[in-house]
Amino acid sequence: MKIPFKYTIRNLKTRRLTTALTVTGIAAVVFVFAAVLMMAYGIQKTLIETGSDDNIIALRKAATGEITSIIMVDQANILSTFPNIAKTSDGKPLVSKEIVAVINLSYSKKEGGMGLIAVRGITNAGLQLRPNVKLIEGRMFQWGSREVIVGSSIHKRFQGTNVGEKIKFGGDQWTIVGWFDAGGSGFDSEIWGDEIQLAAAFGYTGAYSSILFRLDRPDAFDKFKQEFEKDLRLQILDVKREKQFYAEQSEDMAMFIRILGIVVTVIFSLGAMIGAMITMYAAVSNRTVEIGTLRALGFRRRNVLAAFLVESLALSLIGGLVGLFLASFLQFFNISMINFGSFSELAFNFSLSPSIVISSLLFSVVMGIIGGFLPSVRAARLNIVNALRSG
Amino acid sequence: MSIVSVQNISKSYWRDSLEIPVLSNISFEVPEGEFVGLMGPSGSGKTTLLNLIAGIDRPTKGSIIVANTDVTKLGESQLAKWRSSNVGFVFQFYNLLPVLTAFENVELPLLLTKLSKKERKEHVEFVLKVVGLADRIHHYPKQLSGGQEQRVAIARAIVTDPTILIADEPTGDLDKTSALEILNLLQTLNSEFKKTIIMVTHDPRAAERAHIIKQLDKGELT
Ligand SMILES: Nc1ncnc2c1ncn2[C@@H]1O[C@H](COP(=O)(O)OP(=O)(O)OP(=O)(O)O)[C@@H](O)[C@H]1O
Ligand SMILES: [Mg+2]
Repeated sequence: MKIPFKYTIRNLKTRRLTTALTVTGIAAVVFVFAAVLMMAYGIQKTLIETGSDDNIIALRKAATGEITSIIMVDQANILSTFPNIAKTSDGKPLVSKEIVAVINLSYSKKEGGMGLIAVRGITNAGLQLRPNVKLIEGRMFQWGSREVIVGSSIHKRFQGTNVGEKIKFGGDQWTIVGWFDAGGSGFDSEIWGDEIQLAAAFGYTGAYSSILFRLDRPDAFDKFKQEFEKDLRLQILDVKREKQFYAEQSEDMAMFIRILGIVVTVIFSLGAMIGAMITMYAAVSNRTVEIGTLRALGFRRRNVLAAFLVESLALSLIGGLVGLFLASFLQFFNISMINFGSFSELAFNFSLSPSIVISSLLFSVVMGIIGGFLPSVRAARLNIVNALRSG
Repeated sequence: MSIVSVQNISKSYWRDSLEIPVLSNISFEVPEGEFVGLMGPSGSGKTTLLNLIAGIDRPTKGSIIVANTDVTKLGESQLAKWRSSNVGFVFQFYNLLPVLTAFENVELPLLLTKLSKKERKEHVEFVLKVVGLADRIHHYPKQLSGGQEQRVAIARAIVTDPTILIADEPTGDLDKTSALEILNLLQTLNSEFKKTIIMVTHDPRAAERAHIIKQLDKGELT
């Protein structure tokens, strides 16, 4: 660049107010843009962390999630007898036949309203298959009793979910005997109890929602799936790695948020770009004599074009960095949304990734180029003599 | 030997489809090392003539040879390159870039050369010493007086050691004392550094310094 960069930077510093306003506009748009991507990524991250690569989940083929899946007892039993299924220490298949139902629960007084919560009936094997779930307070529920434990997000955000309190659903009172932390995964937004007790309460007779199990060797999955698909009795079921199941569940939601968010921010960005354009047009007309002087000294049209484009880019990049910096604080916020796949609340954190940083900065740069283009072209097209006379 | 040869120059501007003749059939020679004063009433075409010689405007007709180059035949980017090494500009209102220091303003034309940063620094410091502003190197234009600003502008005009120095009413915006300093400086540049200077002025005291006076009236030399 022939015209020095400090010329650009000092001009931005000199007209502090318009610079600040333009930067604010761009920062606001980039903030929203980054926030949306961070939200989508936060959902994906939470759900992907929910699933384990070693676990396999079986669901009804047509089901969009566990809540719409039904597996009959005899199908579950056939599945349990498949070769290659891992065994527990006492020689039983490491298979957890589970049910999932959704209940209504009141949010804490501060938040107000009701939320939909997933209740999972699990088995001992189910606990073994999810070693990242740790009891924080209280104790494990007793098998065969109407006791439950709640995930950390439920414990924090819903009324009456402390240890020792009772919640009412499925036509009975359930005592909360503990709460657990599932490492920020989707299980933190669930209530767990004994599968047999919950199935009876919700009227799941002779059926399960899903079956979670593990193979004796993690690399046996492809072979297992081939065998599984050959079995005509299990044609209506589908098996997936648990991680893939949750990843797929997150995709629709993340995509929905991204598309909605990008459409909204692109509309907002028109405002910011027009702001940048007005600022840059003003810069060009205030500095017409300077431009004429530079050209007289021998600087080319393209040098002038570059200087003004860089100025606009610098504005937008500063805006982008400010917006991104502010958005990065969203990482400390935990929010929840209805997960389309499970029809229940999913709590997650806004989450920043390198690719979000890059896309946000690129977005700001694009705004700068588009907003600064016409003014820069005008600057470059000025006639030297007329520019010098305009002083 | 003449360094500038203006040959049958005419220049018209068009406003809508109306032709406004500004200069008609102007011819003159400027010998190397001369100090030429260009005088005439307002609107007589002095600035226009200067702009043509400096290669920032084009004549409607005729040619201008500066140091064996026909300026009127150069393309836009050749002309820009030519100006950067052959023409030094001194404007009535100095035209310094306000966000750059004296040093940086003077360095600007050198950014178009192949000189290294160190060489540029030496050149800039040298010319700022010549104009007597060695102690104001890092001042911004608004921290300088009008006379000092014009001296920075003169330093910027001579830093590339151009073939000709073009000055359009260089004292027009200055008080008496500062004007005198600037005229002394231009005279020194002419007598000691052998710079060819073409200066437009309204001021008879300024014109006294020139060796040749050209009078322009209604676009014609008289
Ligand atoms: N770009 C232009 N477009 C139209 N007319 C112009 C243009 N530049 C100059 N003129 C006209 O040409 C004439 C001469 O202008 P010029 O600036 O050369 O005069 P000048 O002798 O320098 O006057 P002054 O002493 O006031 O500076 C004026 O009538 C001016 O209006
Ligand atoms: Mg004039």
